Amino acid sequence: MSDFTGGFWSVYISIITIASIIACGVLLKAMSTRKVSGSQAETTGHAWDEDLVELNNPLPRWWIWLFYVTILFGLVYLALYPGLGTFGGSYQWTSKKQYEEEVAKAEALSAPIYEKYAKTDLKQLAADPAAMAVGQKLFLNNCAQCHSSDARGGKGYPNLTDADWIFGGEPETIRQTIANGRQSVMPPWGPVLGDDGVKDMAHYVMSLSGRTFDPLRAARGKEKFATTCVACHGPEAKGNPAIGAEDLTKYTLLYGADEPSLIETIGKGRMSTMPAQKELLGDAKVHILAAYVWSVSNPAVTGAAPAKTGAK
Amino acid sequence: MNDRPIASELAKPELVEQPLYEVRKEIYARAVSGWFARWRWTLVFLTQLVYYGGPWLVWNGRQAVLFDLVARKFYIFGIVFWPQDFIYLTALLVISALSLFVFTAVAGRLWCGYACPQTVYTEIFMWIERKVEGDRVARMRLDQQPMSARKFGLKAAKHGLWAVLSLWTGFTFVGYFTPIHELGAAITGVAAAATPGAPQLGPWEIFWVLFYGFATYGNAGWMREQVCKYMCPYARFQSAMFDPDTLIITYDPGRGEPRGPRARNADAKALGLGDCVDCDLCVQVCPTGIDIRDGLQYECIGCAACIDGCNQVMARMGYPKGLIRYTTENALRERLTPSQILARSLRPRVLAYTAILWAIIIAIAVTLYTRVPLKVDVIRDRGSLSREVEGRWVENTYRLQIMNTQEVAHRFVIRAGGAPTLQVAEGDSIEIPGAATRMVPVRLRVDMGKLAAGTHKIEFDVAAADDAAIAAHERSIFLVQSGK
Repeated sequence: MSDFTGGFWSVYISIITIASIIACGVLLKAMSTRKVSGSQAETTGHAWDEDLVELNNPLPRWWIWLFYVTILFGLVYLALYPGLGTFGGSYQWTSKKQYEEEVAKAEALSAPIYEKYAKTDLKQLAADPAAMAVGQKLFLNNCAQCHSSDARGGKGYPNLTDADWIFGGEPETIRQTIANGRQSVMPPWGPVLGDDGVKDMAHYVMSLSGRTFDPLRAARGKEKFATTCVACHGPEAKGNPAIGAEDLTKYTLLYGADEPSLIETIGKGRMSTMPAQKELLGDAKVHILAAYVWSVSNPAVTGAAPAKTGAK
Repeated sequence: MNDRPIASELAKPELVEQPLYEVRKEIYARAVSGWFARWRWTLVFLTQLVYYGGPWLVWNGRQAVLFDLVARKFYIFGIVFWPQDFIYLTALLVISALSLFVFTAVAGRLWCGYACPQTVYTEIFMWIERKVEGDRVARMRLDQQPMSARKFGLKAAKHGLWAVLSLWTGFTFVGYFTPIHELGAAITGVAAAATPGAPQLGPWEIFWVLFYGFATYGNAGWMREQVCKYMCPYARFQSAMFDPDTLIITYDPGRGEPRGPRARNADAKALGLGDCVDCDLCVQVCPTGIDIRDGLQYECIGCAACIDGCNQVMARMGYPKGLIRYTTENALRERLTPSQILARSLRPRVLAYTAILWAIIIAIAVTLYTRVPLKVDVIRDRGSLSREVEGRWVENTYRLQIMNTQEVAHRFVIRAGGAPTLQVAEGDSIEIPGAATRMVPVRLRVDMGKLAAGTHKIEFDVAAADDAAIAAHERSIFLVQSGK
């Protein structure tokens, strides 16, 4: 595959390469005999530092034959493998193809294992320590970048070990979340409520979640809640897993439940994305990960917590 | 009638075309026995006993000496070297180089003449050749004969034996990298069915056995001195390692010249002759085909066959030994006694090499002996830098890569310290099998408010539960978010 717009450089390289190789051969042949006068010259004829001379001893014949062999090797190599410009060589080797072959070989090795796990029910899989070791490795490689190595997340990244699920916590729901991803939008209410209104709403939410709050502000917020927030978060503010609206009565919220965080959330809105993993990981790995994620929030089922055995 | 130009007219000299590359002249080295030949054969036996025998030894239920490239572990008896231990390979190479400098400065090309694999294998191959084709005269005669059934048979036998030994050498070489028991089983096809999990003979193993076998056959059977004369760099830079006090194989012209044959009990001095009887034995036994009487040459590999040969003749003639002997340039010039030569061996250059060499050997030995079979790497989580939990704690998460480099399983306990109220909330212990590595997610927490915002230096202590001496400390950082 050439990045050039024309074929000139390809031809240029090829000509120079082949010509150089042929030139080596010609040079070897030309230099393989020499014409000397009757008396044999023993030195090269130069003298350095007054009396340092170099003997002109003949090189061994096997040396020149090895050189011819390397020329032949070079020509054969260039015929078989890419080297002359855009000519792909008769083997049509590319590094991409080699990589794909290696990946295919590795996947063939692991395919039976994944097949076995893909057929197992998710809750059963969660109780299998060997499968969960695989799950932990997959998790550490693919999920821990956001959800952190212990799966407890952080601000903006859900804690997978607790019982709070924004979109639902059944094993099949978790699998769908991982496979297809999730998107939820908290609209910005700053323009509608105004700075003061946003602060009032924040204090109302704080009152729901058991934090200390300003009662005056909370009362004002509660009035507006019914008209602005209930549509997504539900009349009791318990949330709506169908659209990913959070349960606001929890002590900990995804983007923080303290006043500054709430003001930012309500005023500016939030855009949350869980990226879909189906394309990248494939169904089998998603299946195992779903079992693993379910297992970290249900340690009683799995027995020993995965962290104790570590990942390889 | 020839029209010959007369001398006064300068005739154009006739140009002769001759090849610039010379065909290798076959060297038929004569067999020799003596003190130095015995030393060489002792070293042949010792080195090959180690080389051929090594891979068959067993230790801890596995091959004692195994360089497992695929698993990236080198096993040398009880020690397991991991990639992190590469410094020991460096040290080994430095030690090899320095010891080379030391003994070359003292006594010349001891490596070349006695221990180098090229010399060792050429000796073995030449021994086989002698046994099959006969001594020097017989070999030369055989090569001059036209092809006959007998000649074909002898040549076939010789090359056949060479090929067998070469393949065995190649097989042994690969046996250092793939367990030789399984390699042997795979080649003979014997136990392959019995142990289904055993490694099969792959294309690369076959390739390397054949490649190394071919290299042995080519270098020891055909190339021989061509390697020493043209390929090996050591030959060319030996002149940098010699000095006028280096013991080298020297012909003593003061004693030997003028050379010439004479009757056994004739008076050499009366005939005006030196000790050298011009028997040419020193030339006949030389494996590189030089005449040591011309002086030190780069082709001389220091095998001392000429010394052994000449001493035999001297003994038969009733002359003192040592016409060709190990001596130094200064000794010849200043007529030093043997004890003086020995004293010169302890000169500054040699002493300096020796001191540095021993310093490195001792340092490496000490570090190897006190090596802790535990390696710990701390990798901080970067996606989730710091988090507040339930308004009570601040938590950071890490991954600890713990390598148990011993072949014994251990349970390791993980502790953290360096900040007030710091505790390990999760991942405080892990069981790791022998010669294995595990990754542990670890969660550290501090009480909220106890630590100021910013970075705090902390450290992890990992120790084996059953052996407090196996412990490692690694530094890391604990982050507390600012503001809120």
